[in-house]
Amino acid sequence: MTLALYVPVASPVHRAPAGLKLALLTGLGAGLFLIERLDVVVGALVAVAVVALAAARLPLRALVAQVRPVWPWLAVLLVFHLVVTDWRTGTLAVTRLLALVLAAAVVTATTRVTALVAVVEWLVRPLGVFGVRPARVGLVIAMTLRFVPLIAERAQRIREAQAARGATGMRLGMLVPLLVQVLRLAATLGEALDARGADAPVSPRDRRAGAPAP
Amino acid sequence: MRWGRRGAEVTAAADLPRTALELQNVSHAYGDRPVLHDVTLTLGESRVGVVGANGSGKSTFARLLNGLVVPSAGTVLVDGLDTRTQLREVRRRVGFVFQDPDAQIVHPTVAEDVEFGLTNLGVPADERARRVEDMLARYGLAGHHDHPAHLLSGGQKQLLAIAGVLVMQPQRVVFDEPTTLLDLANTRRVARVIDELEQHVVVVTHHLDLLTGFDRVLVFEDGRVAADGAPAETLRWYVDRLS
Ligand SMILES: Nc1ncnc2c1ncn2[C@@H]1O[C@H](COP(=O)(O)OP(=O)(O)OP(=O)(O)O)[C@@H](O)[C@H]1O
Ligand SMILES: [Mg+2]
Repeated sequence: MTLALYVPVASPVHRAPAGLKLALLTGLGAGLFLIERLDVVVGALVAVAVVALAAARLPLRALVAQVRPVWPWLAVLLVFHLVVTDWRTGTLAVTRLLALVLAAAVVTATTRVTALVAVVEWLVRPLGVFGVRPARVGLVIAMTLRFVPLIAERAQRIREAQAARGATGMRLGMLVPLLVQVLRLAATLGEALDARGADAPVSPRDRRAGAPAP
Repeated sequence: MRWGRRGAEVTAAADLPRTALELQNVSHAYGDRPVLHDVTLTLGESRVGVVGANGSGKSTFARLLNGLVVPSAGTVLVDGLDTRTQLREVRRRVGFVFQDPDAQIVHPTVAEDVEFGLTNLGVPADERARRVEDMLARYGLAGHHDHPAHLLSGGQKQLLAIAGVLVMQPQRVVFDEPTTLLDLANTRRVARVIDELEQHVVVVTHHLDLLTGFDRVLVFEDGRVAADGAPAETLRWYVDRLS
């Protein structure tokens, strides 16, 4: 499992500014949910797929991997609509979500995390007046992307260790060793952040000027 | 200008010559549990090794050296800088590598993680890029620029963690069991990396082979320095004591 899905190939989509890509993604999301016409939504899905494969030169495999986790939900959604409404509404809802998931996949696969984080830092900058430190927000996002797969992997390892000793399925007992590991990880992580200077925020002006950290 | 003035102080501290790590009557307790007892040491050597049983206080000692732990009593001086009052300067001077690389890699991909410390230092973007590439090439990670960090092998992760510290160009580096989670080949690789460092290093380890070429080895026992001297004698003393 990985959340850092950047696929390093050279393409115009990769080179496009992260802010633009996020803005288009947001616009697409809003547009898809306002439009009720199936042909337009299907058109959008096809367009996103073309951008992904042709313009961004992403391997089909990477896209499939991104969409795979949402298949069951899409299936449930479709069945729900078939029962409650009709097939047309169901297809519309599923196509919409699929187009959006795919578009989000294109953005994450073509944009480095640092670039995405920079956009978020820029967006939260006005919150600075309330004492929010944009660099901190950015760090939290980057660390989430880093540690979610790591913790998932540790959980998997504990499950295997317990299975090797005869336990079956998901058990509550798994949570205790996992919690211990996560707490230990967090303690070292806090020290590592200190040791690597994360407690020394440099103002954006000084950062540009290349001033040493205080 | 607040930042500028403090920045100037740090720059001045960075120019200080490497003299010694000094512990003066240092004791430390976690809560009411004493861990180090009145340790006094002057370490001027470029290669210092630390060995000892589990719980003997090695990691606590290592953490004292860059101010991750401030002693309950006594003073720790790094090239004359007091870890209690000049913490920022000390942290910039002394890099720290932990046992578990997973806990010190904070960014999802390789190059971004190496860049992290430089961003914290306020290094401009073009210089950051140059220094990151240099580090990745030196540690055999150049082909893994945008690779997710958690897909690296254990050895590569530890090299990444080391690169993330060295890119900040500290004067000294403290390693706390850098090879404990590694296989033999990667242990040798990390040993060679440490060996080639221009920096002064302190290495805490259970891999006694790592310390053969060192200038000085300390043996910790129940929070005290039980033996101190050239590696050959000290390590022999330590091994004999176990048998
Ligand atoms: N943060 C802490 N809080 C409370 N007690 C601690 C803490 N860190 C270490 N200790 C205790 O202090 C003692 C010395 O720990 P330290 O980590 O310095 O030993 P060590 O020599 O590094 O051992 P090891 O070889 O197992 O790494 C141990 O008994 C440990 O349980
Ligand atoms: Mg230890």
